Amino acid sequence: MRPAVLKTEDLTVKFGGLKALNGLDFELCEGQFLGLIGPNGSGKTTFFNALTGIYRPASGNVFLHGKDITGASPNKVYGYGITRTFQRLRLATSLSVLDNLIIGNQRNLNFGIWQNIFDRKYFKSQLKEQTEIAEDLLRRFSPDLAALLLKPISSLSMIDRRRVEVCRALISEPKILLLDEPSAGMTPDETRALMDELQGWRAQHPTLSTILIEHEMELINKVSDTCVVLNYGEKIAEGRYSDVSNNPSVRAAYLGED
Amino acid sequence: MSQLKTQLVILIGISLSVIALYGFLYLEHEWEIGLLLVALPVVILLLKRANMLIYYQKAARLMPRFTLVSFVLGVLVLILLLRHEHFALLMLTTVLLYVTVSLGLTIQFGFAGLVNFAAIAFFGIGAYSMAVLNHYFHAVPDLLIILFSGLTSALLGALLILPILRTRGHYAALITIAFGILLRTFLEVNDVFGGPQGLKVDGLEILGWDFADSFPSVLGGGSFYMAYAIAALLLAAAAYLLTRLIEASWFGLNMDSVRLDEVASASFGINAPRWKITAFMAGNFFAGLAGAVYAAMSGFIAPASFNFADSLLLVSIVLLGGIGNAVAVIPAALLIVVLPEKFQVIQEYRLLLFGIVVILILRFRPSGLMPRGLRQYFTGNSA
Ligand SMILES: Nc1ncnc2c1ncn2[C@@H]1O[C@H](COP(=O)(O)OP(=O)(O)OP(=O)(O)O)[C@@H](O)[C@H]1O
Ligand SMILES: [Mg+2]
Repeated sequence: MRPAVLKTEDLTVKFGGLKALNGLDFELCEGQFLGLIGPNGSGKTTFFNALTGIYRPASGNVFLHGKDITGASPNKVYGYGITRTFQRLRLATSLSVLDNLIIGNQRNLNFGIWQNIFDRKYFKSQLKEQTEIAEDLLRRFSPDLAALLLKPISSLSMIDRRRVEVCRALISEPKILLLDEPSAGMTPDETRALMDELQGWRAQHPTLSTILIEHEMELINKVSDTCVVLNYGEKIAEGRYSDVSNNPSVRAAYLGED
Repeated sequence: MSQLKTQLVILIGISLSVIALYGFLYLEHEWEIGLLLVALPVVILLLKRANMLIYYQKAARLMPRFTLVSFVLGVLVLILLLRHEHFALLMLTTVLLYVTVSLGLTIQFGFAGLVNFAAIAFFGIGAYSMAVLNHYFHAVPDLLIILFSGLTSALLGALLILPILRTRGHYAALITIAFGILLRTFLEVNDVFGGPQGLKVDGLEILGWDFADSFPSVLGGGSFYMAYAIAALLLAAAAYLLTRLIEASWFGLNMDSVRLDEVASASFGINAPRWKITAFMAGNFFAGLAGAVYAAMSGFIAPASFNFADSLLLVSIVLLGGIGNAVAVIPAALLIVVLPEKFQVIQEYRLLLFGIVVILILRFRPSGLMPRGLRQYFTGNSA
């Protein structure tokens, strides 16, 4: 059995009277690619926000490698090696692809005043290093993307923006990658292309653990090992896609919604 | 473009702007200035049509240091040309000091997204520090006193940091407004600082040169404002250089990131408060430095010299120029400071007109006269 990297126990998030996440027990193993599915409003994004410190859980715990990190700030969570993308893209659109990627690589930047403002030679070497890292990452993730390195995000197509957002989350070499519905706003073809790239990445990085949120169930079939299904903030099923997709309560949740 | 050609293009561009600047400051009759104001945009438009402007812009982008040095030298020549014109020099000095403060606002508002409607209050803190420190510590070199005045302004500004970090948008703006009003009231009721009558300030003496003496007669003599104009020029140039360096480093990158999306920034380990505090302190430091020079030049300061209206004026300089674009505050400060002095009508309805200008900009050209370009770390090629 692979070791559990991330674990939650009885995780609950409340918005006023609404329990957006209700007593969730959850486990993610090293190298696992887990699909998190569920109809609109079932609490998937809330789960990510609770993991990454954007929302504070009302009760329950989050463990990373057995260490309790419940309620850690987003900064801390990033420091622990957990990065994410957002359902509605949150790139800095007026900045270049390169700048967005460098933002993602905070942990490897030197923020000394001297090294930034006065020793410009040193800064130049830092910039060169970051540029190479970014370019290399783009080339490995999606070869055509490297040509867009210095273009502002606002000039990119939807799928390229998604790719950049994924790369921004990958550049710091996280242990856990959280992808919040990367298919949102893309055509099925684009989604397939992105899923292929994710698959390719995964093959090269076997220890990276990933949670992929998706609300179209079929999409997840190809990429994920296992799925967890949420409905009204509760886990209603988990297991292999084929089992889960035939589970009657899952079907009901989806039929009820659609 | 070869290096020599690039330099030539820059020199021509700078010379032309200095000539225009000379006219703008020197001419007195409203019709002359009016003519200049009509001619200038036409010339700029023609240059743009002829693809000459882009030539200059490219050159300046390629050799920013050379451009800055040429510009500083150009303005020095201008100061020499205007050496007997008290009023023109006073205006130029004011513009340069306002440029310095606006660069501070550019770091705060343009980079980190912090609205500061108390710029003149921080300018005032610098001015009062100058008055007090210079009075009590006569042995300390004035250069250090100016520096301390900037630091005082930055440190007192730190008082506002907690409330500003805890509030957002309009509320943060309100806090800065309140601070400005509070400071003024404090100065008015406090006898240590001279109350409403204000304080006398000693003139500057830097490196043995007493600024009150008229300019060395070897150089033809001149107005006593000359020395202050030169000091303000060097200060503005230093502030500009520092602003650009901040922008073109990870500091600027993180400030931009915090401004654009705090949640995303936090998710990548960017500590938003840290960058907001850095930006806020740096900006107020600039304002304090400018205030110190202003106080020494005026020889006298009072609470009434630091009005909320002036804070608004400074914000409108940044808006008019182009939020976050350090170069843009130069023409914007010129227009906003000098026009009211040249046109009686504008002087009378100053606030109303600037209000209208701000509304028009926000409505029709939110990125200002000279929109900020893509971030650039180094000149020339790639990044
Ligand atoms: N900040 C918030 N304040 C109040 N309610 C919220 C907030 N965020 C989420 N909710 C509510 O919590 C519930 C779960 O929302 P969440 O965004 O996690 O759903 P989701 O599974 O990601 O849905 P979708 O597929 O539409 O993205 C919803 O009812 C939503 O309205
Ligand atoms: Mg969601």
